[in-house]
Amino acid sequence: MTDLQREAESFLPLPPATFHILLAVADEDRHGYAVIQDVAERTGGALKLSAGTLYRSIQRMLEHGLIVEPRERPAPHEDDERRRYYRITPLGTAVANAEARRLAQLVRMARARGFAPGRA
Amino acid sequence: MRAYRLLLRLYPVSFRNEYGEEMTEVFERRRRDKSNVVSRAALWMETIADVIVNALAVHLDILRQDLRYVARTLRRSPGFATTAILIVALGIGATTAAFSVTDFVLLRPLPFPAPDRLVKLYERSPAYGRIELSAANYRDWKQASTVFESIGLYHAAAGNLTGRGEPLRVEGAAVSADLFPTLRVQALLGRLFVESDDRFGAQGTLLLSYRLWQTQFGGDPTVVGRHVLLDSESFSIIGIMPREFRFPTPDALYWTPLRFPDEMYVDRSDNWHYGVGRLRDGVTFDQARAEMQVIAARSQQEHPKENKDVNAALFRFDDDVAPQTELLLYALCGAAACVLLIACANLANLLLARALERRRELAVRTAMGAGRERMIRQLMTESLLLAMCGGAIGVAIAYAAVPLLNRLVPLTLPLASAPTVDVRVLAFAIALTAVTGLGFGLVPMLRIGGGGDFAGLREGARAGGGQKESVRSALVVLEIVASIVLLVSAGLLMRALWTIQSTDPGFRSEGVLTMQLPLPMPQYEKVATREAFYARVTEQVKALPGITGAAFVSYLPMGRMKGGIWAVSLDGRPVNRAENQNAFLRYVTPGYFAALGVPFKSGRDVSPSDAQGRQFVAVISESFIRRYWPNETAASVLGRHFTFAFDERTVVGVVGDIRMRGLEREAEPQVYLPSPQVKDGWIIGYVPRGFVVRASTPPEAIAPAIRAIVGSVDPSLPIYDVNTLVDVVDRDTASRATQLRVLGAFAAIAFVLAAVGIHGLLSFAVSQRVQEIGVRMALGAQSGDILAMIVRRSAWLALAGLVPGIALAYVAGQSMRALLVGVTPADPATFAAVGALAIVMTLAGTLMPTLRALRVDPIKAIRTD
Repeated sequence: MTDLQREAESFLPLPPATFHILLAVADEDRHGYAVIQDVAERTGGALKLSAGTLYRSIQRMLEHGLIVEPRERPAPHEDDERRRYYRITPLGTAVANAEARRLAQLVRMARARGFAPGRA
Repeated sequence: MRAYRLLLRLYPVSFRNEYGEEMTEVFERRRRDKSNVVSRAALWMETIADVIVNALAVHLDILRQDLRYVARTLRRSPGFATTAILIVALGIGATTAAFSVTDFVLLRPLPFPAPDRLVKLYERSPAYGRIELSAANYRDWKQASTVFESIGLYHAAAGNLTGRGEPLRVEGAAVSADLFPTLRVQALLGRLFVESDDRFGAQGTLLLSYRLWQTQFGGDPTVVGRHVLLDSESFSIIGIMPREFRFPTPDALYWTPLRFPDEMYVDRSDNWHYGVGRLRDGVTFDQARAEMQVIAARSQQEHPKENKDVNAALFRFDDDVAPQTELLLYALCGAAACVLLIACANLANLLLARALERRRELAVRTAMGAGRERMIRQLMTESLLLAMCGGAIGVAIAYAAVPLLNRLVPLTLPLASAPTVDVRVLAFAIALTAVTGLGFGLVPMLRIGGGGDFAGLREGARAGGGQKESVRSALVVLEIVASIVLLVSAGLLMRALWTIQSTDPGFRSEGVLTMQLPLPMPQYEKVATREAFYARVTEQVKALPGITGAAFVSYLPMGRMKGGIWAVSLDGRPVNRAENQNAFLRYVTPGYFAALGVPFKSGRDVSPSDAQGRQFVAVISESFIRRYWPNETAASVLGRHFTFAFDERTVVGVVGDIRMRGLEREAEPQVYLPSPQVKDGWIIGYVPRGFVVRASTPPEAIAPAIRAIVGSVDPSLPIYDVNTLVDVVDRDTASRATQLRVLGAFAAIAFVLAAVGIHGLLSFAVSQRVQEIGVRMALGAQSGDILAMIVRRSAWLALAGLVPGIALAYVAGQSMRALLVGVTPADPATFAAVGALAIVMTLAGTLMPTLRALRVDPIKAIRTD
């Protein structure tokens, strides 16, 4: 286990909001409202992050180094200077991976006991 | 949108600055998506809840971070943390303890419904502010008054409860049927007294206190209706009072109806009842007082002789605390406030010094972008954390100290329990802690947090800043002033206590045992029965080895009964109550003066031959001569006559004065009459029941033998209040001694705190000036010069505190003059001693910093920074 992995493990279990935000910024830099929209789309509207929850989570994630604000900004025509963009860090990726593994293992254990997700 | 921005104000500034704009944008977009009114309303509801929950969470996050940060920085300077916490603990502890007692005695409402409508009714004469009521005046005044919803009467009583194992002496009260309804209390079981219980000659009825019911009757509910023997008289128990009900004092265990034979309504000078009234709705206290004064004036006209100069006095029920007690408690609170003030000044000084030390750290952090709000929050968190730790320890100190202050509570209040640290007191302590932490945490911030100045970076460590230094000096001077006021107050009270304790009580208390033998009526109604009892007991006790004297007296000096005054009339002239023509009445058996060690000035003792049929004789005290025959001597008054207690008496002896009411009261005229010279069944309150025994062996050791003798003469007789006379005298000054100990402890704390304050200020000054000192030494300054520099500084501090301190202490002394008996508030010895102590305090605070300054190594000092 590398130091990065060990550090990532220390964040588990991850609050659901944090996990979703990590997923939202995994493939591209997004601003706050885009994160909310992405989460809502991916969950089919089941999870609508509130502004308070979002930015409180973002503040903590910034402090812990799971995400950063990149220096470069989008092209001026599609930029709104009030907006701030967030990008996942290697630590953030490691944490998301670790959480995904933890959840997968949990699902495996549930299956072994006869709980079969999706078929109920 | 404005509403949303307003809502965002719930977040901490730093968070709002960071994310406010974006959150507003998110909200804007969401709102745009909602088209109709209902969904917008739903969005608002959701948003409000969201902001509240998350803002609180962010605040908590920051608090958690700050606490962690503060704990880390405090761990790095444990000396600072410990000192600060202890200082706060002492301040809060002292104040909380003082408050708990004061609150208990003076502030808390009495445990009766609508207690602010209750008043106490007394008589008043030019000589005495409050005199108990006579039955006749009470009856007349009650009939004439219109301001009371109801009014009742009571007096303290005591009796021997027999028939249940050991005879038991119990205290209680005789109350009129309207008293309990006036107080609005209910019986726990059974019923209260009714009008017919008050009728003279009715079957005796009795109410039990919860405590007596539990201890003597095992809490058995069937006792209601049963009969008990109280002073050999049969009483039927009609009810049990509630557990918290204590009236008129916490010791009262039973209540009987107050009954007056018709003769009682004749004598208006027989004052021994207390009136309690409840004001009618809409009647103010002042209206009631005015009406009672009119009524009293009318009754003066109706009875010009008996009621000459007799007025009515009305007090609020909860104001019926002796002025001395009140003054004492205020003095205590003042002292506690002084301690708290010193503690706060010290804390402010510590925080200020620390902030100055951290000036650079703070400046660096500001330069790196830490918001001013965050820094203030952190400093606040720090001072609050310190205050809370100190407050918690302080409450623990108060919790431990309050039982020690019990003696300051007067025994005359109808309060169920002793003062404790309860919710009210805790709330007080928490408020105090918050004020201390926030208020004094702010001081350094105002001086330091003055915006993003980078001076702290530029300055280097050496600058303390002249202005800041003067604030700190002012705080230390304040501490010195407050501690001097406390030290002087404690010193004056100590002198007063010494003066009182060295007062000659008029008897020799060593080697004397006293006790009460409550001869019950009607069993001992006849003089012959009593005399036979006295003779048998006295004879047998005197036969014990080591006993040198034994005798009976009506009331022991400095005992519970401090009154017992009767009118004196000379040469048949009528008594003038206004002129205070009275004397203590005590019946004694032969040998009383020898047993007590009271010296004879002339004449003889009462003797067994002073019987009922013989000439009525009296032994008087020297103060009696001084007041009534100022031109006579102890020898020349022998054979003179005066009228006292219904009969003419002839002086056969003169004895020294006894301080009957306690060491603090001047001796008043005393008259001693031979015990047989009272008619059967008369003045039964004055039947000798106090027993004094003088022994050459330790007096405590003879109590069992005396008990055995009394038991053999009358097995149904309980013995109680067994005390050495030394203890009785000590008890007389006990509350004063307690008060002194408390104030002394406060003064000692103040003393230490002030020394700590001086020490802190000087050592900080030295540490800030290490370079300067180094340079001076390098340039050839001698250690003597350095020494002079620091000592001059501390001498100025001491002087600046001493002058106003002494002036204020004099003012404080003036305001507690009533407690000082004979010691002047300008007592030179006290002031000299305190002055010397202040010098010691200053020197003690100066010592360590001076040593540190002298050890400064010039080379190292110059190189630092």
